[in-house]
Amino acid sequence: MNEDLRAALRRWLPQPRWGVIAAPYLWLILFFAIPFLIVLKISFTRMAIAMPPYTPVLEYIDDALTLRLNLANYLKLFSDSQYVVAYLSSIKIAAISTLLCLLIGYPMAYAIARMGPTARNIALMLVVLPSWTSFLIRVYAWIGILDGNGILNRLLMSAGLISEPLQILYTPAAAYIGIVYCYLPFMILPLYATLVKLDQRLLEAAYDLGARPWSAFWRITWPLSRSGVIAGCMLVMIPAIGEFVIPEMLGGPDTLMIGRVLWSEFFNNRDWPAASAVATVLLLLLLVPIVIFNRQQQRQLEAR
Amino acid sequence: MKSQSAAVALSLCALLAACGKKEQAAPPAAPGAAPTAAAPASKDLNVYNYSDYIAEDVIPGFEAKTGVKVTYDVYDSDEVVEAKLLAGSTGYDIVVPTLNFFGRQIQAGVFLKLDKARIPNLANLDPAIMQRIAQQDPGNQYGVPYMSGTTGIGYNVDKVKKAFGTLDVVNSWDLVFKPENISKLKSCGVTLLDTPSDLIPIALHYLGENPNSTDPKVIDKAAALLKSIRPYIQNFHSSQLVGALANGNTCLVVAWSGDVIQARDRAEEAKNGVNIGYSIPKEGAPQWFDMLAIPKDAKNVDNAYAFINHLLDPKVAASNTNYIHYANPVPSSLPDIEEDIRNDATIYPPAEVAAKLFTYAVVPPEVDRQYTRIWTELKTGK
Repeated sequence: MNEDLRAALRRWLPQPRWGVIAAPYLWLILFFAIPFLIVLKISFTRMAIAMPPYTPVLEYIDDALTLRLNLANYLKLFSDSQYVVAYLSSIKIAAISTLLCLLIGYPMAYAIARMGPTARNIALMLVVLPSWTSFLIRVYAWIGILDGNGILNRLLMSAGLISEPLQILYTPAAAYIGIVYCYLPFMILPLYATLVKLDQRLLEAAYDLGARPWSAFWRITWPLSRSGVIAGCMLVMIPAIGEFVIPEMLGGPDTLMIGRVLWSEFFNNRDWPAASAVATVLLLLLLVPIVIFNRQQQRQLEAR
Repeated sequence: MKSQSAAVALSLCALLAACGKKEQAAPPAAPGAAPTAAAPASKDLNVYNYSDYIAEDVIPGFEAKTGVKVTYDVYDSDEVVEAKLLAGSTGYDIVVPTLNFFGRQIQAGVFLKLDKARIPNLANLDPAIMQRIAQQDPGNQYGVPYMSGTTGIGYNVDKVKKAFGTLDVVNSWDLVFKPENISKLKSCGVTLLDTPSDLIPIALHYLGENPNSTDPKVIDKAAALLKSIRPYIQNFHSSQLVGALANGNTCLVVAWSGDVIQARDRAEEAKNGVNIGYSIPKEGAPQWFDMLAIPKDAKNVDNAYAFINHLLDPKVAASNTNYIHYANPVPSSLPDIEEDIRNDATIYPPAEVAAKLFTYAVVPPEVDRQYTRIWTELKTGK
């Protein structure tokens, strides 16, 4: 009887391991789910000149609880080409930046993975070191470099390569330079992590069987590093799509990204509901690569 | 609703050191203790103002006089302040929105109705200015003007002379809005304010329309005009253009008067050989007013009144104008203003220029939306 009671109690009382499981979920709920639900709620309202500047979703008047969901904000996103163009252009800019990061980051990660342990630690340190300085200051530094009177133009002019300063700042090229520069470490580190674990004997076997270096790379190294490639690409692409600061500061006025559209909905139009709808759709768009990324990681864990 | 505003307040608090400081300083009120006359008055004041917009000695002077500790934060656009004000619980006791934003914020119910008896220096204000402001704030119930300025043409003297052989061109908006003129400056850089709410009314005024028109067809005329000069514009930016003009990266800007004058001083200090001028074109330009106001949820209202009163002191107002080169609304401050500023027609425009200046009005949301749409299309060329 007593034992039964204790067993029943044990089943119903909180156990310590629940705390361990609950912690990350609590984190997710507090910093992702709740803010997102607030944004979702605002996206179904109508703008108003009030504090806060939108109408309530739930209203309790004369004993009647009414739920009013305004879908106009979402319909607007699909009926006005401006939003579609901005989403597509964000995806394009993010995709090209990711590809550039991969092209630059892969050889770097490969070289670091092949270094001796001491040199490797120094090289990794050098990859991470710039992020000890504030992100904003580093972007501002690029203004100084790319400027018409900036370091780059003065260098090129004094070398006699160009006679007129190149207009790089405030063009899409400057936005690409900024994004690639800022996100490169996120590409290099996961690539390095997979490449350093690569079993060298597989390559030796390939060479023994007569493979040329290039085909050995494509048939052994590349497939084995694919998880690193996918992880790196996701880590660069996902934040790059929503990037606001870099294109705003370096890119010219014609660099249209969804972050900018969101900004002008929120600040210029004071239309919080429309801005929330843009943000919700952006999140849904980002969900696709995140799900692919998760599934890839799952598969990798299972393979082990 | 409540949890939502609490969440916003939480995130804002994280952003604002001021918020945390204030909470630490707040004495724990004993439950049930009746407030007595001897209760310690708050010794804090949180001010939120435009960047580079106050003389260096004004806040120390106020702190020394009153013993209040001022936390001073800055912003660079009205939009950012407005978003915070509309979310509520900003933690600020004084904000300084521009008149046309201020007008809408009054409608949204953001501000405290001023108790005029607590600002004795209100008597120092120029009645003509108060009358103009009353169009947006009937009876001047919610705000007190801080500074005013114009939006006009800032230029690099040598580059404009080189392109046109004369400086006369800067006296007309033709320089900006005629493709054959502006194209001559493309190679040295043209930057416009990144604010449709400045540029569209200016374009409408240039076309002879009502600058504050709410007729979509009329506003589209401004869009067509701006589009015709788009190929010659290098960038749109509201805060970077001071630096760009000062270091010679751009040679023509449409910008706020005081910013251009600050760029001129910055270039003079740097002795980089860049000469900068500012002009109010003869067709007329926007004149705007920035308003001191107290949000309804301000915690240190007493100190806010004291600070507003301090800013309206003729000596303090003069000190501010000497430093930031914007015109203050306190006529009795003129004797203390440096002569070259007092006589500068771009800061204190003479009567015939002042007569042509116009003010912005509050536009309805659908017009705002049209402005933004025009602006996005203009900037991206789509």
